Order: sequence, then structure tokens, then C-alpha cells
Amino acid sequence: MAEIETIEHDVLIIGAGGAGLRAAIEASAQGVSVGLVCKSLLGKAHTVMAEGGMAAALANVDERDSWKTHFADTMRGGYYLNNWRMAQLHAQQAPDRVRELEAWGAVFDRTAAGKIMQRNFGGHAHPRLAHVGDRTGLEMIRTLQDHGIHQGIDVHMECTMSSLLKDGDRVCGALAYTRELGKFKLFKAKAIVLATGGIGRAYKITSNSWEYTGDGQTLAYRSGADLIDMEFVQFHPTGMVWPPSVRGILVTEGVRGEGGVLKNKNDERFMFGDIPENYQSSTADNPEEGWRYVTKTDRQARRPPELLTRDHVARCILREVREGRGSPHGGAFLDIAWIKEKIPNAEAHIKKKLPSMYHQFKELAGIDITKEPMEVGPTTHYVMGGIRVDGETQMSTVPGLYAAGECAAGLHGANRLGGNSLSDLVVFGKLAGEHAAKFAKENGEASIDPDQVSTAQAAALGPLDSGRAQVDGGAYQIQYELQELMQDKVGIVRKEEEILSAIDEIEVLKGRAQTVRAPGNRQYNPGWHTALDLQNLLVVSEAVARAAVIRKESRGAHTRDDFPEKEDAFGNVNTVLRQGADGQMEAIQETIPELPDELQEIIDERR
Amino acid sequence: MANTTFKVWRGDKDSGEFQEFQTEVSDGMVVLDAVHQIQAESANDLAVRWNCKAGKCGSCSAEINGMPKLMCMTRLSDFDLEEPVTIEPMRAFPPVKDLVADVSYNYRVKQNIKPFKPRQPDNEDGSWNMAQKDVERVQEFRKCIECFLCQDVCHVLRDHHKHDEFIGPRYFVYNAALEMHPLDQEDRVPDLKKSNGIGYCNITKCCTKVCPENITITDNAIIPLKERVVDRYYDPIKMVLHKIMGPKKKSD
Repeated sequence: MAEIETIEHDVLIIGAGGAGLRAAIEASAQGVSVGLVCKSLLGKAHTVMAEGGMAAALANVDERDSWKTHFADTMRGGYYLNNWRMAQLHAQQAPDRVRELEAWGAVFDRTAAGKIMQRNFGGHAHPRLAHVGDRTGLEMIRTLQDHGIHQGIDVHMECTMSSLLKDGDRVCGALAYTRELGKFKLFKAKAIVLATGGIGRAYKITSNSWEYTGDGQTLAYRSGADLIDMEFVQFHPTGMVWPPSVRGILVTEGVRGEGGVLKNKNDERFMFGDIPENYQSSTADNPEEGWRYVTKTDRQARRPPELLTRDHVARCILREVREGRGSPHGGAFLDIAWIKEKIPNAEAHIKKKLPSMYHQFKELAGIDITKEPMEVGPTTHYVMGGIRVDGETQMSTVPGLYAAGECAAGLHGANRLGGNSLSDLVVFGKLAGEHAAKFAKENGEASIDPDQVSTAQAAALGPLDSGRAQVDGGAYQIQYELQELMQDKVGIVRKEEEILSAIDEIEVLKGRAQTVRAPGNRQYNPGWHTALDLQNLLVVSEAVARAAVIRKESRGAHTRDDFPEKEDAFGNVNTVLRQGADGQMEAIQETIPELPDELQEIIDERR
Repeated sequence: MANTTFKVWRGDKDSGEFQEFQTEVSDGMVVLDAVHQIQAESANDLAVRWNCKAGKCGSCSAEINGMPKLMCMTRLSDFDLEEPVTIEPMRAFPPVKDLVADVSYNYRVKQNIKPFKPRQPDNEDGSWNMAQKDVERVQEFRKCIECFLCQDVCHVLRDHHKHDEFIGPRYFVYNAALEMHPLDQEDRVPDLKKSNGIGYCNITKCCTKVCPENITITDNAIIPLKERVVDRYYDPIKMVLHKIMGPKKKSD
């Protein structure tokens, strides 16, 4: 152990997207020493890709909005599987978190009265998303980064966590390696916050970057923490479908928020044909009403069906494609250019409100979205499930281990509303940082077990072992096969026998991943990094599949061909995944605690 | 589809050379796709930085056929694929390995720029009122994805290695975003003149040309900042006014 650099912090934050940065800023404000570790360079995390906005009931555009309505919308969007305490705290605290970003330098788009502008988004009753054109995530991460670097936080960039270390029940540190030289770093900490994001790289068609390999979920799972609701993977309805190399890149929901409509090859606005019962009273039944809603010219107008929840829109697009009414490259048409029939300066308006989308289609597909429709189809976007946390403190089921942001679960239930992710990051990032700092103050030093460190080191170096046989494609090949497998068998629409066969195949891939060889040395070697990330991807893929098997119904983002309806028996249960005594993954169901009366009333008043 | 030849720089801080790879180019492919294909097919350990693959994170900056570009936003159909395509790391920074350059200089520069300092909130809830037209100028600068291509192309850094005396176009844009922020009350003009070395920029506009976000770096950020420095230090009337009126007027 002598040769490993050891670094001590009271609180160690793993991940430097919105949640990690916000947690670090908060922990630092509580007066403890903070280390922030990120897999990439600072400011490049996935938050940067968030486009549409950040949901908060500021009531700047529609004064009827309130935290209660935001809470009720979030619960309904999540099919009531949400952790209601988190949904409540989120709705109550999001406005302060938005205003705080402004105080740290964020420059949101403005209303005519000079307030923070808010836009429409799927599942939100009122215009609620604070935004900056369609690059809100960039604004958030840059604001947090530029503020955070002056708060005395130690940042360790391009550094990947390979294992958490424990002292008895609690966490006490972590072993990491640097990308540049492949050197190990041993972090000692009294409390750890996981803020590592999602698992989207488990799928072939995804809007997620290479970083999204389920690292936090796996680190937590391996140290004995519970994961919940992993069957709920959000497929965003609108990813690019052509050309092939850009398939999956996100097309913001903001396009629909600004009046974009979905059509099939017969020029039909097919979303009008399938409006779920619990949204019928709040959804427009004709295009004119939808347009009046989008332009905020009629306060009584209801939302156009394109702004229904993501799970539903994704399924409708898939149905059009399967029934032969799709676009030429297997998607649907998303048309924003049509608004030129309605407003005089449409081209300039589109470029102003959706600059990244204009740029993205122009550069990557050669399409001018102010003149022609886009081709879009579902893409893996977000995981609602993740590390089980206490709603109040964000602590996982392992003492001293916290989680916030996408890697944590609870807020979104069975389906996340667009815009609730950015607010999730800062609301729960702050709470996690606060409570981790408190834990660090209240609990003394823990001690590192050198055996755990050497075991972790040996595991991390495994792929570089020259004794292993070299196979064509190496870890990349196994990753491709896993992505194909998850896309085909544990994708948007699932069936029992397919999921079961996926679990068997994952087992085989695990065996291959255990012995895969990465050529080259420890210095900035993506083949080695991929071999290690792959281990995490396999854990979270298995978790998704095992959870998907036991939820024998269709709800939110989880759609079962063999159980196409919602079932009451599953209407109040979370799926819990943990490592059993034999090392195997166990999946069980647990009943969700009942809502307090005052929260139930808020929901009932808004049905 | 035909096989295309790519000449990829491989090496580390000590030495390196171009290595040739062949891979198949299909419809709509960008340079980063080709790099990934090469990585999977024939060079598992080929080092490359990338994240979003959608032009939003600014990680995959490189020099492609000699031009600073984002690999994820550069389509191969823009090139004559009969000729080899060369890919090398940004040259204004020290090499780390293969296509990865050491960009830590940029992070050190940012750390030394005075942070945002807002005026008192306008409203009781801690919020401010700002008109859209007043924030637009700053919003242009805040589009920056920190790809550092402007730094890479700037001759003051690239050819004259003034890294210790000059902060580069990215950080003039950063300064401009702070200085022109309607709420900001800090004064960065003395730093711009002295430690930031704005005088070294002779407005050749190379930075503006390579910006993937189309930020008008020279005209909208650097020149107005140069004017502030000139007003403060070289205009006799304004120098007197500045002495009488105090260090900063935030009305501009």
C-alpha cells in the first residue's frame, strides 16, 4: 500500500455534474473538507446535455402555479410509485434553487416583466421550466462550476472510482485510478456522496455518453446498499434516427413545448388518437386548442397531446412505426417549421428558442428545421430507478453513503417528467451535501482495511494481465453485445421469456468480461477503462432485467407485452434489488408507505 | 462503402508519430465515429477524449487535416476520402497521449479571474429583474462549451507560448460574460490590462473562425474589453473622470 497516494477529505463526492457540484458546494459551506472526483474534465458531465429546462413552480408565467401543483404533477407522472417525501421537498425547494443559480451568475431567458421565463413541458400543468434557449444544462453546470471553484473544494479530474471501502457497516473511503497515468489514489472519507448519473450505455440507442455506465449504482450495490425500481428506464420519445451514426442523439422536448407536432407518413397528428384516460380532461382534443395553449393566448386551453408524458409519447411513436406508418428511417416526423403558418417571424423565432436543435440538425443531418420536419424515434435517456435513499437525508441503506441526482431513486417513480431532472440535481444535491457534512461531523475517523485496498487494486488491474488471452474487439465487443441484448430484450416493450433469456445471456457476458484482456499499458488506455466500466454495466443491466421480470404489469416506462395493463397489485410497490448472502442478486417487492392525508388531498384536489 | 485511410497521431509527452489505419466510412459518419471504429477494430488503447457526441460538451477537440475542430461535429462527407484524413491533438497544449492534450492551463487561468459579484437583489425573494435584450449579449458568451479550440488556434499561445502572460480568447469571452452581466459589480479592467495580457491580441479573428458555437469572440468580446482598457488607462479625459467618479460604473 506504500506506493499509493492517499488523500483525506471529510466528505468525498463522486461525480461532478449538477448533483455532485451542488453537493460539494453545500458540504463545503457546512465547514468540512470536500473532495470532488470526476471521470471526465470538470464541466463536461452529462448535465451539460440537458436542454429543455429546469422545473420549478416560480409562477412567473402563470400565477396559478404552486409547489402543490408541481408535486401533484410529479406524482401523477410517476404513477404514484414516487417517494412522496422527495416529491414534496423537490416541489417546495426547486424555486429557491433556481433563484440561487441566478445569484451565482446564471442568465435565464426573461419574461416581458424581466422575471425568469418559464416554458411548457410534458406533464406539467403550467409553464414551469426555467430555461436558456435549449441549452439549460450547460448554463447550470457552468454556473455551478464557476461558483464551485471558488469554494475551497479539491477537484480530482479524470479520476475513476473502482471500489468503495468499508469499515464495518459504514463507508470509509474509495480506491480510484487516474486516467492519465493509471495510478491508484486512495481516498479516505467520513462520508461519501454518489452523484454519478445513469446507465444509458447499457443500450444501443441512447442519448447518453460513455460515462453513463452505472458506476454509482454498482459501487453502492457492491457495498451492500439497496437499489430500487430499476425496471423503469425512460426512453425519450424524440431522439435523432438518421443518419445512423447520430441515432439516439436527443431532440429536446422543448421542440414540442414551442409548438412542434408529431406526424406519421400519412401526415396525421397521430397523438390525438390515443390520449390516456387520466389525462383526457387536461389534454386538447383539436389542433387549434393545442396551439392556443402553446402560445399562452388562452388560459382555458388544454395541452396538445404531444405534451403527454414521455413514456406514452414513446409508445405511440413505436406503434406508428410497427404498424407501417413511420417515417422513411423508422421514426416519426417532428415538425416545428409549420408554425410559420401561425406567426410572421417563425424562422428567427425557432432559431432563438431552439438554437442547438437548429445547429444539430443542420450540421449532422443536413436538415434545416425551420423549413423541414425532423425524423425522430425513441432513445434511451434516463433511469428513474437507482440507489435507494432516505427522502429526508439522501442517505442510502449503507451508513455514511449518500446519493443524489440520476443515480439515486425515488423522486420520479415509474416515469420522470421532463424538467424535473435538473431541479432534482440541485434540490437533492444540496440536501445530500448538507447531510453528508453532518454525518462527517458527527462520526469520527473510520479506518481503512489494507486487504480491501489490495483486493480492489488487483481487480482493477485484472484486464491488463498479460496472462489473459487477447480476443478480437476486446471489451468493446462485449459491450456491443450487451447493448444489442438490452435493446432487443429489455427495451421499450418487454416479454417474460425474452427478459429471462437476457438474464442468462448477461451471465455468459459476465464470464467473458471477467477474463477480458485490454492491450496496452495503464497510461490513458480506453480499452482498459471500457473493460472496467463494463463490469458496472453488467450489474445494472442485470438489475434492470431482474426488476423487469417481477413487475408483471405495464406502468410508466415499463411496458410488458404479456401484461399490457396496469395491475392494482403493483400500484403501491417498489422493486428492491440487493446482493444476497450467496453473492447473487435478489429482487423483491416492498409496499410503499402510505401518503399522509395532507399530501393525498393535494393530489385528489387536482385529479 | 469504401475503406478510408486515417492518419492518427499516436504518442505521449516525449515523442509520437502518425500511424495509418483503414476503416469503413458509412452514411453520415463524423470523425469521432471513425476514431471509435478504429479503437474497437484495431487500437483498443487509442486515447481520445469525448463525452456527449453532440457538440455540447466540448471534449473531443482535435486538429483534423490541420484545422481545429470538434470531432463529433465534423462530417466525413466534407472531405475528399480518396486522400488520407489526418487527426492529431490540439497543438497549443502539451500532449498527454494520442489525441488527448493537457488542457489544465485553461483551468488554472479561470481560477484566477475574479468571480461573479452581483448587486443586491431587486426583490424580496432574492430575485432580480432583467430585460431579455439586456441579457442577450451575455447569453452569447455563455454559449461557450469550453472546447478550447479558440485557445488552440490563437498564435499568442500556439506560436509565442505566452501562457504565463496571456489568458487566451476563451477567457476574454469569460471576462466579457462577467463584465457585461447586468448584475455584476466587480472590476476586472486592471487585470485585463496587466495579468491577462489583452494587449497581446492583435485581433486576427482566428478564434472567431474556429468557434463551434459561432460566438463572435473578437468583435463582441475582445474588442469591447480592449476599449474598456483603453478608456481607463489611455484616454486622458476618462482617466480624470475615473479618478473623480470612482473605480467602476456599472451602467454600461
